[in-house]
Amino acid sequence: MFAQHFPVLPIVLPLIGAPVCMLLARSQLAWLFATLISGFSFFISIVLLLTTLDQGVLSYALGGWEPPWGIEMRVDVANALVLSVVTGLSTLVLVYAKQSIDKEIDRNQHTLFYTAHLLCLAGLSGILSTGDAFNLFVFLEISSLATYTLVSLASDRRALTAAFRYLVMGTIGATFILIGVGMMYMKTGTLNMLDLAARIAEYDSNRTLNTGLAFILIGVSIKLALFPLHMWLPPAYTHAPSAVSAFLAGTATKVAVYVMVRFIFTIYGAEYVFHEMGMDVILLVLAIVAIFNCSFVATVQSNVKTMLAYSSVAQIGYMILGISLVTSAGLMAGLLHIFNHALMKGALFMAVGAVLFRTGSADIKAYYGLGKRMPLTMAAFTIAGLSIIGVPLTAGFVSKWYLVTAALEQQHWLIAFLILTGSLLAIVYIGRVLEVAYFKEPADPTDTTIKEAPVLMLIPMWILVLANIYFGIDTSLSVSAADAASKWLFQPAADLGAVR
Amino acid sequence: MAELIDLVLLGMLAITALRIIFLKDLFAVVMLFGIYSFLSALIFVNLDAVDVAFTEAAVGAGIATVLMLGTLALTGRKEKANSHTALLPLLVVIVTGAALIYGTLDMPPFGDPENPANQHVAPRYIEESPQEVGLPNMVTSVLASYRAFDTLGETAVVFAAAIGVLSLLGLPKQSQATIESGLKSHLVLRVVAKLIIPLILVFALYVQFHGDYGPGGGFQAGVIAAAAIILYALVFGLPLATQVIQPKLLKILASMGVLIYAATGVAGLFFGGNFLDYNVLASDPVAGQHIGIIVIEFGIGVTVFAAILSIFYGFASQAERANIQ
Repeated sequence: MFAQHFPVLPIVLPLIGAPVCMLLARSQLAWLFATLISGFSFFISIVLLLTTLDQGVLSYALGGWEPPWGIEMRVDVANALVLSVVTGLSTLVLVYAKQSIDKEIDRNQHTLFYTAHLLCLAGLSGILSTGDAFNLFVFLEISSLATYTLVSLASDRRALTAAFRYLVMGTIGATFILIGVGMMYMKTGTLNMLDLAARIAEYDSNRTLNTGLAFILIGVSIKLALFPLHMWLPPAYTHAPSAVSAFLAGTATKVAVYVMVRFIFTIYGAEYVFHEMGMDVILLVLAIVAIFNCSFVATVQSNVKTMLAYSSVAQIGYMILGISLVTSAGLMAGLLHIFNHALMKGALFMAVGAVLFRTGSADIKAYYGLGKRMPLTMAAFTIAGLSIIGVPLTAGFVSKWYLVTAALEQQHWLIAFLILTGSLLAIVYIGRVLEVAYFKEPADPTDTTIKEAPVLMLIPMWILVLANIYFGIDTSLSVSAADAASKWLFQPAADLGAVR
Repeated sequence: MAELIDLVLLGMLAITALRIIFLKDLFAVVMLFGIYSFLSALIFVNLDAVDVAFTEAAVGAGIATVLMLGTLALTGRKEKANSHTALLPLLVVIVTGAALIYGTLDMPPFGDPENPANQHVAPRYIEESPQEVGLPNMVTSVLASYRAFDTLGETAVVFAAAIGVLSLLGLPKQSQATIESGLKSHLVLRVVAKLIIPLILVFALYVQFHGDYGPGGGFQAGVIAAAAIILYALVFGLPLATQVIQPKLLKILASMGVLIYAATGVAGLFFGGNFLDYNVLASDPVAGQHIGIIVIEFGIGVTVFAAILSIFYGFASQAERANIQ
C-alpha cells in the first residue's frame, strides 16, 4: 500500500521521528527509537535504489499538486545511491553512538543528540530526494542547523568555537545558494529543477543567470569544503563527538558534492557550465591543490582526528577531480568515491572514537603500542587506512582505479600521475599512526585500563571494514549503480522528461 | 510616488547599515538592527508583500531584538577592539557586491507583468487557487498547500533552532519565585503590561485564524503570542513566567507542533492521497483543503510559540544566573 510513497518516506520518517525522540526524554529509549527509524529509512533507500536501477526515475507530487506548481520528489539512480550511503551510515553510527556519546556528551543532553541526528538525517535525505531548487534550500537549512548543534554538543569547549565558525561559514554558503536560486527564479518563473533546466536552456547567455550560477557554485563549494573554502571543516571534525565526525565525514560534505553535480548537470547543463563558462579548469586546479595541500597538512598533524579531517578535504578533491573531467567515466569515478569514501572514513573515525573512548585522547601519543591493547580496533583502522591509500582488494582501490582510467581515457597523463602521487601522501599519514601503534611500546606498560573497545562499537566499525573489503572485490553493485547514475546525469535534461 | 518612497527607505537602510558597521556600542547596534528590520518591513509593504512585511516586523524587529539584548546581558555592551586588519573580508565583500550588481544587468524590468516570474507558475496560483484551495489570501494557499512541504521544512527549521539553543543554554528549572527579579518597582510598566498582555494574546489568536483571509498565519501568530509571555517575564520576572508556562511544557509543545503538521500529511496517505494532500481529508476537496490548512497553521503556531519562548527562557535563565553571581 505504501510502495508509491517510498520517495518521500526517507525524509518524513526521521522528520516525524525527531520530535517524537524529543518527547521520549529517556536516553536508552531515544537511542532505540532513532536507530529503528534510521534503519527503516535505510531499508526504503535500498528498495528505492533497486527500483531506480530497474525502472529509471520515480516522481512523487507532494500534496497531490503536479509540478511545477507543487513540489516534486524525484528519485533517480544518482540520488538513490547517495541516499543509501547516508541512511546506511546513519544507522551504523547510531548503533555505535550509544556507548560513544556516554563518554563524550553530557548525560542529560543525549535526547537532544538523537533528536538533532534525526533532524540532520531528514535534512540530508530531503536535499537528496527533492526535485525542487527551493525545497533543496529548506532541507539544507534543517541539516545545517542540526549539524551545528551536533558539533557543539561535545563536552570539549573548543567544540563551541568550531561550531560557531562552521555556523558562520555554513550560513554564508546557504545564503549564496539562496541568492542564486532567486536569480534563477527571476529569469524562469519556476523552481522545479527539470522545468528550470528546460527554461534556462532557452537563454543563450544571460548575465543574471550566470551570476546565479556563480553564487550557487561558491555557496555549494563552502558547504562541500572545496579548497580554499575548507577552513571551517578541520576544527569542526576535530572537536565534534566521534560519532558525529564519523557521520558527517561520510555524508554532509558528500551530499553537498551531490548538490553541485545536480546544479551543474541537471539544471545548467554540463556543456554550458564546463565548456562555455570554463568551470572545468577551475575545479580541476582546485581539486588537485586540495589533494596535495591537504594530504600534506594531514601528514604533520599530531591529533589523529584533525589528520583524518584534512584527509577528508583531500578526498573531496578526488571527487571534484572526477567531476571536472567532464566525461561519463570521470563523473562515475567521482560518484563511486562518494560511496567508497563513506565506508572508509566512517570506519576510520569510528576507530579513532573507540581509542578516544578507552584512552580519552585523540593525540598520536595515545596510539603508542595500541596494536596489542586494542587489536580489533587497530586492525579496523589498518584496513580502512589501506582503503584510503588505495591498496588493491579494498574499496579505495576501486575508486582510484576508475579515476585513473577516466583520466587516461582523455590522455591526461599528468593528472593520472598526480592522482597516484597523492596516494603516496596518504601512505605517509596513515603509516605514521600504524607505526606507533604496532612498532612502539606503550608509554605506560603497566596501565591495564586500556583494553579493547566495547562490542557495540566494534560491530558497526567492522561492518564498515568488511564492506570496504567486499566492495573492493565484488564491485558489481557499487560500480553498476555509479555507472548508471553518471550515464543518467549525462543525458540532456530534455530526455529526462522535462517537456511539459 | 512609490519610487520616491522606495528611494527614501533604501537610503535610510543604507545609512543604518553603515552606522551599524562603525558603531562600537553594541546596545546601539541592536537598536539600529531593529530599525533596519522596520525599514525592510516598510519596503516589503511598498512592494505589496504584506505577509512578508508582517513576519519581518514581528521576527526581525521584535523577537530578534529581544534575543540580541538577551545576549548583550550575558556578554556586555562594548565591542572588543579588533586588532587584525580586515583587508581580505573587505575584498570579499566588494567582489560579492560587484557580482550582485553585475547580476542585475540582465534582470527583467521591475514589476513588468510580462516577466517570467509573473508568467509561468504564478498565474495558476492567482487564477485557480480560489477554486482549488478556496482561500482569499493566495499567499496562504501557496505556503500552506501548493508548497506545504517547504513550510513543513521551515517549521522543522524553527524546531531545529530551538534544539540548538536548548543544547547550548538549557532551560530554567521551574522555581518558586524566591528571588526578586523583573521590574516590579515600576508601577506604570506593571499596570500597562497587565492591560496589554491579554490584548496581545487575543491579537495572536486573530492573526492565527485570520491568516486564511488576510496577512498572517501560524508563524506570525506564534511570535506574537510568545511576545506576550516575554513581556510578562520582563516585567514580572522569569520565575513567575515559568510558573505560567512551564519550561517542560515548551519542549512538549515544540515537538507537538511539528507532529501536528506532519500528522496532517500522513493522514493524507491513509485517505488514499499523497503526503500533504488535503483534498482527500473531506468529501469535498475544498473543504478538505480548509481543514488541512487550519490544522497545519495551528501546528506552525504551536511550534513557533514554543521555540521562541524556550529560546528566550534559555537566554533569560543564563542572564539571571549571571546576575545572582
